[in-house]
Amino acid sequence: MTEFCRIELEHPVINASGCFDVLAALEVFGEQLIARFPFAAYVSKTVTLAPRAGNAPPRLWESAGGMLNSIGLPNPGIDGYLEQHLPVYAGLGVPLITNVMGSTEGEFAELVERVAERDEVAAIELNVSCPNVATGLDIGADPEGVLSLLAVLRPLTRKPLIVKLTPNAADVALCAAAAEEGGADAVSLINTLRAMALTPGQPGRPWLGGRTGGMSGPAIRAVALAQVWSVAQRVSIPVVGMGGVTSGSDAAALLEAGARLVAVGTESFRDPAAGGRIAAELATKFAENAA
Amino acid sequence: MTAPFGRRIAAVAERRMIGPYVVFEIEDSALPEPGQFYMLAAVEEWGGGASDRPFLPRAISALSARDGRVGFLLEDVGPGTHRLCALQAGKAVHVVGPLGHGFRRPTEDRSTILVGGGVGIPPLAFYQERHGGAALLGFRDADHARAAALFANPTIATDDGSQGHPGPVTDLLLDRLEHDETVEILSCGPPAMLEAVGALARSRELAAQLALEAPMACGFGACFGCVVETIDGYQRVCVDGPVFDAAVLV
Repeated sequence: MTEFCRIELEHPVINASGCFDVLAALEVFGEQLIARFPFAAYVSKTVTLAPRAGNAPPRLWESAGGMLNSIGLPNPGIDGYLEQHLPVYAGLGVPLITNVMGSTEGEFAELVERVAERDEVAAIELNVSCPNVATGLDIGADPEGVLSLLAVLRPLTRKPLIVKLTPNAADVALCAAAAEEGGADAVSLINTLRAMALTPGQPGRPWLGGRTGGMSGPAIRAVALAQVWSVAQRVSIPVVGMGGVTSGSDAAALLEAGARLVAVGTESFRDPAAGGRIAAELATKFAENAA
Repeated sequence: MTAPFGRRIAAVAERRMIGPYVVFEIEDSALPEPGQFYMLAAVEEWGGGASDRPFLPRAISALSARDGRVGFLLEDVGPGTHRLCALQAGKAVHVVGPLGHGFRRPTEDRSTILVGGGVGIPPLAFYQERHGGAALLGFRDADHARAAALFANPTIATDDGSQGHPGPVTDLLLDRLEHDETVEILSCGPPAMLEAVGALARSRELAAQLALEAPMACGFGACFGCVVETIDGYQRVCVDGPVFDAAVLV
């Protein structure tokens, strides 16, 4: 068992937000998905106040050892989430972490209040990798922005608040320290790295509908390790480490760097059951080390 | 029917060339429907090469399913298909599937016309083998048109005129519609061909089911990367398709 923010988890492997759609997976794989659910907790896709259609395609680009995405956070909005998605997620048999994003502190506050009143939700993850409408900077790229946001949100709920840090910041550890100072219960990192691809045969024309996208996969694993390490050195709240994890060894490295939990994102695209395999490999590794 | 949860390993049972295409069969007991697809990746040397691609599995439509084998038709057009095309019998592939919604059978009062182009023909060959239908096929040239041997009684068009009708496969479709408009069109092929078939179907108010292709990371609805614009907004090709009614596409 692993303890995380007063939540008991079967093992230390969860999913990265936005990388596993339970509703679609249930349709494709049926009840086997529940019987062999690969994650110790389920993190929802990002929910916003209003529904979002997401970015215009193309949304994907395969890169060396990874991929770029420009999905644009499609979601049914908070009403649709609470009515249609939450009841299904609540039946997964693992704790539910709801990921939310607002474009203002007021939007964040409304989202946190709506989610916090639901008993099915074990913790709330704050996606702060979004531009502040006033400054144009990512809220989470600026320690002052993180502190200011938590000053508004922390008094609203006793549920654990997890700040999902953006790696596109000058000093991620400083942002993590701001989250801790603001009363966050945990931080999670790394989100995708801002990246770009150009259209073959059309010089200078961005490929992705959103022009830039987020890079993920094994290509960013070493970056994740460095950022998790530096954040874990800086804060005493638990850290959820993620970025390019494809095996128990990769997961173990993030735990050694100071993470409490490890999240699997892109590898679930290649193998929907990857989370379970990685958790099993990790358990074997621990058993061998203990022997 | 649902797909087995998780990625499994299957052996390549047989590989053969048909014109410039590779047909390979894997040992797999799942039972796909015509129009469904699999996510395939070679177990060895998938990534880690000079450019560290391929990384993601590739979405490939089923060509056949019989005797515990599922067949695919491939063309070597990039790092993923290049690697898959090179697999010899006995080699292992990672498999997730069958995935997506296949073709619906048209109502009995309509005759089925299968309109295929190039490497998009597999779901139509699979459909014809199961349920019949008249096949109209377009290829670049006579060499590619050798893949028409996968069909019974195909009518062929080639871009360079080296076999069959010189011109687009939609010419064959227009000819056909002269005699009979009580039809349902099932189509798969390159985007320009599908667009032409879809436009024709919409203008004449004909029923048409189009099997789309899109780059996918996962194939099971997780990544939201393969969306296509429909009258109901963006829909995922992998779980909402890959077969869509032409009338819903915009």
